[in-house]
Order: sequence, then structure tokens, then C-alpha cells
Amino acid sequence: MITVENLTKRFARKTAIESVSFQVEKGEILGFLGPNGAGKTTTMRIITGFMPASDGTVRVDGFDVFENPIDVRRRIGYLPENPPLYLEMTVVGYLRFVAKIKGVPKEKIDLEIQRVMERASITDVQERIIAKLSKGYKQRVGVAQALIGDPPVLILDEPTIGLDPKQIHEVRELIKDLAGNHTVVLSTHILPEVEQTCNRVVIIDRGKIVAVDTPQNLRFQLQGAERVFMEIQGPAPEITSKLKAMPGVIDVHTVGSNDGRHRFQIEGELKKDIRSDLARAVVQNGWGLYELQSVTMSLEDIFLKLTTAEERE
Amino acid sequence: MRNILAIIERELRAYFISPVAYVVLTIFVFLSGLFFRSILAQVLQMGLMSQLQAQQLGPRAMDMPGMITRGFLSTMSVILLFVMPMLTMGLFSEEKKRGTIELLLTAPLTDLQVVLGKFFAGVTFFLILLLTTWIPTGFLYLYSSPASGPILTAYLGLLLYGLALIAIGLFISTLTENQIIAAVLSFGTIMVLWLVDVLANNADSTTGKAVLTYLSIISHLDDFMKGVLSTSHIIFYMSLMLVALFLTYRSIDSLRWRG
Ligand SMILES: Nc1ncnc2c1ncn2[C@@H]1O[C@H](COP(=O)(O)OP(=O)(O)OP(=O)(O)O)[C@@H](O)[C@H]1O
Ligand SMILES: [Mg+2]
Repeated sequence: MITVENLTKRFARKTAIESVSFQVEKGEILGFLGPNGAGKTTTMRIITGFMPASDGTVRVDGFDVFENPIDVRRRIGYLPENPPLYLEMTVVGYLRFVAKIKGVPKEKIDLEIQRVMERASITDVQERIIAKLSKGYKQRVGVAQALIGDPPVLILDEPTIGLDPKQIHEVRELIKDLAGNHTVVLSTHILPEVEQTCNRVVIIDRGKIVAVDTPQNLRFQLQGAERVFMEIQGPAPEITSKLKAMPGVIDVHTVGSNDGRHRFQIEGELKKDIRSDLARAVVQNGWGLYELQSVTMSLEDIFLKLTTAEERE
Repeated sequence: MRNILAIIERELRAYFISPVAYVVLTIFVFLSGLFFRSILAQVLQMGLMSQLQAQQLGPRAMDMPGMITRGFLSTMSVILLFVMPMLTMGLFSEEKKRGTIELLLTAPLTDLQVVLGKFFAGVTFFLILLLTTWIPTGFLYLYSSPASGPILTAYLGLLLYGLALIAIGLFISTLTENQIIAAVLSFGTIMVLWLVDVLANNADSTTGKAVLTYLSIISHLDDFMKGVLSTSHIIFYMSLMLVALFLTYRSIDSLRWRG
């Protein structure tokens, strides 16, 4: 449904994204995950046709964003990072304006507004002035606006920001509900959000894609044993230096000691199981092994690992 | 077309929800009323004078209603100089500031439709302002019979002049996120286009004088006020408007690139 190829955006002083490529299948929810300044908003702005790319192509439902911008925009509902609200308008007045500029046929406008207000649970504030709404409600008006015209593709830039936990849950349920008929791309830097809502994750950092996979796969691949907890009896400095020198080991930290037994946390390279090597080393050196355990990494750890990998190299 | 109308409608609502519309209307109606009154007094005095002279020199024709409308409609150009920047200041700058520009520029609208929607929103409000001047002008028709030709050309001149000012203000409002800066810059720009006329009067060479007079946004109004229709003046205002609209269009494009 969405094909992004070699997308690059250079600003006057900064390259925001570089050679970003990924695909989103019809009916899929793709999570766009990355720290601040990673290039999530920039990528979304290019997909929605708000800004042109410096290089590369985006196709939505077969239409090129640069060659057929209007055809692409007709197919996209977009919630920008800051909901684009006219604060002086009422909720209904605002949604009616959006329906008109999106070309919803006149006789269908009222029904369409009712539909999106129900979806975003804002029917109770429909006559209120937007400026007077709470942040959470404003965000939901933004979501409602994106749903107008029932576009097949939804691009949501941090849709749950500023919401309370109950509203976050509601919006996530709404997004899951929309999937199937809709193709959704959402950005976030909240990990549980991706784990709970997305079929696939693109992790982006400093303008480059560092991983694309399902949340389960990402976790599975990395779960091997690259972070291992060990309790060893022996001379701590020697243990640390010997373990550190082993192939596949990146770092060794002491996390405590007690009665001559030392506890270590060992960081291994990605996708390498170093547990048996570690056990063998301990035995060969004649130290005592009391515990060896691989530490399950949450997506959060994976994310941190991926996005800080470059600095280590 | 419907999308353009939607933009115009929203903008007009915004004018009337914010104080802008009321401030502008009040200033405009108040100042134009004041000017009308003083011009009326002036012309009446001139009438009395010429009656006195007529006793000595014999009667002389004097088009009093014509003088009144001409004087009155000429002063409109001054009032508009102050008022127009207030109408155009927020058209794009507010959208930029609030981020709603992202909605407009990702909706299935062309940039031209967006620019035209904004432009005609300003134009519609301007037409409302012009309509209010029919109150004093109407009184003239009630109590006298002014020649309609010069009044119509004067209105046409004001209309063209107003369209050019709106287009200039529209362009300037794309350059900043701050309405006040937009208003001040628009006012400054229009002022410069006015002052060119003063420079022209002091110019040494005749060609310099001719060029400066041609560039002056105000010199082209005179003929309209006198009831003379000349294509060169029409072309001047239309070109000014088109250039400013083109710059607006380009400015939106560059805004997209810069984000
Ligand atoms: N209009 C612009 N002009 C210059 N640089 C920009 C512009 N927009 C973004 N950038 C830069 O490009 C980089 C990517 O920004 P972007 O807003 O896409 O990040 P993001 O992933 O959305 O971050 P966040 O999580 O904070 O929203 C940042 O370093 C930012 O400073
Ligand atoms: Mg962002």
C-alpha cells in the first residue's frame, strides 16, 4: 500500500533522513519508532505530501507522491504531530470544514461527521469551542479529523501523546479496530505502544533505519543471550579482564559481590549466544560458577541497544 | 471550487469571531464618515464662495456632488492603506503559527486553491467595507443627482487598488508566523509604494520622474477619480496583484521545502 524507497531529506544545515526504505502492506499497522530527532515526523511529512523529499520516492496505492500529489492526499488521513486545530471553531464546525476541503459530498457531510465523532468518542463535546477543550480531547479531535472521508491510509504522528492512560488505551483500541480496512503508520517513542498495537516496527535513529521486523521477532532474535547475568567466585579484576577479552563479549560490569562471589552483567554482541563459551571459560580458569542466566530484554532494551550501537562501534 | 469556498467561509467566520472584523469595520466606517463630513463642509464652503464670486463675475458651473464623491472616494485610498494590512496579516501567518497549514497543505487541494481561497477571503471582507461607503454616497443620490460615471470609475479604481493591496499583504503574511510583523511589514511596503509618488515629484530627470510616477501605487488612482478609464492604470493594478499572488504561490512552495 505504501512503498518508500531511498528517501532522503536534506535541510539547509541538516540531513534529517537518509536512504530510508520500507513497505507497508494493506491492512497493516506499522510502528515508527525512534528517539527525538530521529526523522519520524520528516518521513511522515514526505509521505503525506506536506514536504517534498530531496531524493527517493514514495508511492501510496500506486500513486507517486510527487507526480500525483492530490491522488495520494485523497487516500491519506493525517494526524500531524501538533493537531492542526482552528481553536476558535466548534468541534462540529471544524470537522465540517475538514470534510469540505477533503471533498466529502455535501449530502454526506453530516453523517460523516457523526461517524468520526463516535469513533473518536467526542460526540459529547461536539458543540464546544476547540480552544476550551482539554489536551486529550483536542488530540482526539485531531484523530477524528484524520478519519474524515474514510481514507484507506492513516498516518498518525504520535497519536497518544498528551492523553491520560485511559484515553491512551482507547486510542490504541481504536487504531487496532481501524486496521484491516485501513493501513496505519503511527510514530511513537513509547515502546509498549508498538508492542501492543503494531504488526511491524521500523526502528529509525538519526535518520537511518536500524531495524524492521515484527515486535515478536525483534524480541526473539535478540533474546538469545547477549545480556547474561553471572555469579562467579574468583578474583574479580582477572575475571573481568578475561571475560572482556573473549570474542563476542562487548562489556562486563560488576554489579555486586558478596563472600568472594562476584556478580557480573555481560553484554554480548547482537544475535550471538555466548552462554556456553562463558561457562567454559569459568571452568577452564578454575573459578566457581554459581549462576548463569540470560537476561530477557524488553523491546526497550533492544531499542536502546539498536539506537546506541553506532556510538559503541 | 467548493474547497476554495470552504476556505473563504472559514476565514470570514474567523474574522467575525475574532475582534479583527469589528475593529476594522469600526475604524473604517468611523474614519470614512469623518472624512465625508469634512469634505462635505469643505465643498459647501467652496459653493458659498463661488456664489459670492458669481455675483461679481457671473454664474459659473460647479459640480458639487461630483467634488464630494471624488474627494470622499480619494480619501478611501488613505484609510485602506491602514486597514488592509489588518485584513491580510493573519491569512497565512496564523496558519503557520498554529500548524493548521499542515492540514491545508496535506488536504487534497492544490496550492493555487489555497492561495485563491485566502485571497478571496480578504477580497470578500474588502467588498463589505466598500459597501459601507454606499451609505454616504447614497445620501448624495437622495439629495442631489451626481453624475454616476465618475463614481463608478472611482469605485473600480478603489477596487483594483484594494485587490493589489490584499495580494501584497497576503504574500507578506506567508513570510512570518507573527501577525503583527506581517501587518507592519505590509503597511511599510504599501507606504513605500506610496512614497514613490513623493520622490517622483522631487525627481530631476523627466524619465526618472515618469518611472517613479508609474511605480507609485497612488498616481494611478487619479484618473479613475476623475472619471477617466484607462487600460494602462487597470493593467498596472492587475499586474501588481498578479505578481504578488505569484510570489505568494512561490512562497508556499518554498515553505513546503523548508518545512
Ligand atoms: N524544517 C526543518 N528545518 C531544519 N531541520 C529540520 C526541520 N525539520 C526537522 N529538522 C531536523 O531533522 C531531524 C529530524 O526531525 P524530525 O522532526 O523528523 O524527528 P522526529 O523523529 O519526529 O523527532 P520527535 O520524536 O522529537 O518528534 C531533527 O534533527 C530536526 O532538527
Ligand atoms: Mg516528530
